[in-house]
Amino acid sequence: MLVERSVARPRASSAIKTRKLLTSAGRLVVWLALLAGVFMTAIPYIYMVSATFKPNTEIFAFPITLWPRNVTTFNYAQLFSEFPFARWFGNSVFVASVRTLLSVFLSALAGFGFAKYKFRGQHVLLVILLATVMLPFQILLVPLFIEMVAFRWLNTYWAVIVPFAANAFHIFLMRQYMLSIPDELLDAARIDGCSEFRIFATIALPIMKPGLAVISILAFVQSWNDFLWPLIVLSDINMFTANLGVATMIGPYRIQYGTIMAGSFLSTLPIIIFFLLMQRQFIAGLTAGAIKL
Amino acid sequence: MIRAISSFWARHQRKISPYLFVAPFFILFAVFLVYPVIYSFILSFYDARGLGARTFAGLENYRELLIDPRFRKAVVNTTYYAAGSVFFLSPLALLLALALNTAWLKLKGLFRVAFFIPVITSEVVVAVMFTLVFEQDYGLLNALLRSIGLDPIPWLRSPAWAMPSIILLGVWIWAGLNALYFLAGLQNIDQEYYEAAAIDGANSLQLFRYITVPLLKPVILFVVIQAIVGSYQLFTQPWILTSGGPQDATLTVTMYLYLQAFRFFNLGYASAIGYALVVIILTLSLIQLIGFGTFRREDA
Repeated sequence: MLVERSVARPRASSAIKTRKLLTSAGRLVVWLALLAGVFMTAIPYIYMVSATFKPNTEIFAFPITLWPRNVTTFNYAQLFSEFPFARWFGNSVFVASVRTLLSVFLSALAGFGFAKYKFRGQHVLLVILLATVMLPFQILLVPLFIEMVAFRWLNTYWAVIVPFAANAFHIFLMRQYMLSIPDELLDAARIDGCSEFRIFATIALPIMKPGLAVISILAFVQSWNDFLWPLIVLSDINMFTANLGVATMIGPYRIQYGTIMAGSFLSTLPIIIFFLLMQRQFIAGLTAGAIKL
Repeated sequence: MIRAISSFWARHQRKISPYLFVAPFFILFAVFLVYPVIYSFILSFYDARGLGARTFAGLENYRELLIDPRFRKAVVNTTYYAAGSVFFLSPLALLLALALNTAWLKLKGLFRVAFFIPVITSEVVVAVMFTLVFEQDYGLLNALLRSIGLDPIPWLRSPAWAMPSIILLGVWIWAGLNALYFLAGLQNIDQEYYEAAAIDGANSLQLFRYITVPLLKPVILFVVIQAIVGSYQLFTQPWILTSGGPQDATLTVTMYLYLQAFRFFNLGYASAIGYALVVIILTLSLIQLIGFGTFRREDA
């Protein structure tokens, strides 16, 4: 017995050793691949930021540099003197904030109605909402543009705030969150003589804060990054959002790459900071669709 | 009178208020979505140039679409991009999710954040950044190729490479988000299945094939449909990087719709392009749903 064991043991342990070696080699490969992925994700950002401090002649020169040889703030000066960038940025803040508020208010209200009441036509309305989720929004571009002309909304904030504020996806998310509010809580308030709207405003909304945060983030980022619709309805350079402004800088001023990079960098910075502060809500919002399945 | 109204309100407010709650949303929804969707459909049967007079044209716009070589080119290009998303990006994202899901991995939070940042960056900014990546003479990618002794590639300047470049950019943007979708699905799979199968002697490839893939089916379906729907809406990246060129190699359906509507003011024709897009997306999604057996009894 004893002899057998002592013979068998070294063999087994060497097999385990090779297996361990293989697993750690495998782990190393996975680890390196992930690090390479992070590097590839980061490098365009780093290169953009570095380009904002380079003179144009260095952006297009050999060898390419990650750290600018001649650090300059010329591009930023150019951005604010040659373009109404401050105005564009302000437009973006205003439009995205108001659209977010409107969007969250509408979807919270309707989500509450759907989750906490039974009413005639409820099912039909939900089915209509669901049916529209699959439609590509491109079919709206032409008729909405005609509508904007009729409303005299071209080149106004209205055109970029109102039309896409009612978002079916937000309602589904909101309804999902609202379903978790216990009915007893609402009934207790009713017995105390609370009106239905006050129940919504003073009981449902405060409970829903996490859900509201997720939808606010989704709506804000969506609005901030919106491009095709603003491109269609805004042509007055003073009404541009930062995103649209950056895109139009590319056209006639193609030579001033550093300045374009500076505009791009500044217009993304708030969203990235915002994301780093509230990662969890961001990720919850953007992956909500998959988890619901 | 006022008292009568207020007592009526007190008695019926629970019945009426749900309608008041959903009304603001549905008013906007009707004005800015339902009406335009219908209006666009009607417009697709008209010869409407500009905002002025329009004449009924029956199926003329759709007939024109079938023989329009530029539209065909746009559909082919966009389908090329969609195929890249489905067959290249999605498997890559699944691999990424599997890597991120391993128990021993450290710094998971960092990886998640890093791969997620492109998703929240505006597509305009992403495209602007990548002008410096794809640039033929001074770009990052070609500098890398040269440094390892390879010939530079004319990324955005050659018709053959332009769309693959846009697909690569799509991978760069969306891999992280799709990996998160898969990750959420992977974490929903009960570990007991793996333990039971491991006791039965299944190797890791078998575990993946017979446990992970079948149980991940709903998420795979979701990711693939999202990839298709998203791909057919492609506009911003090629608009900024190539303006649809060279030689229409990156002209997409949405870009063609935009050009027809807002450059040539062919509003009727543009509406028909929009509805062609609807047909394409719905057909492909339906094929996916059937292919994945969603309508089969056992899944219901």
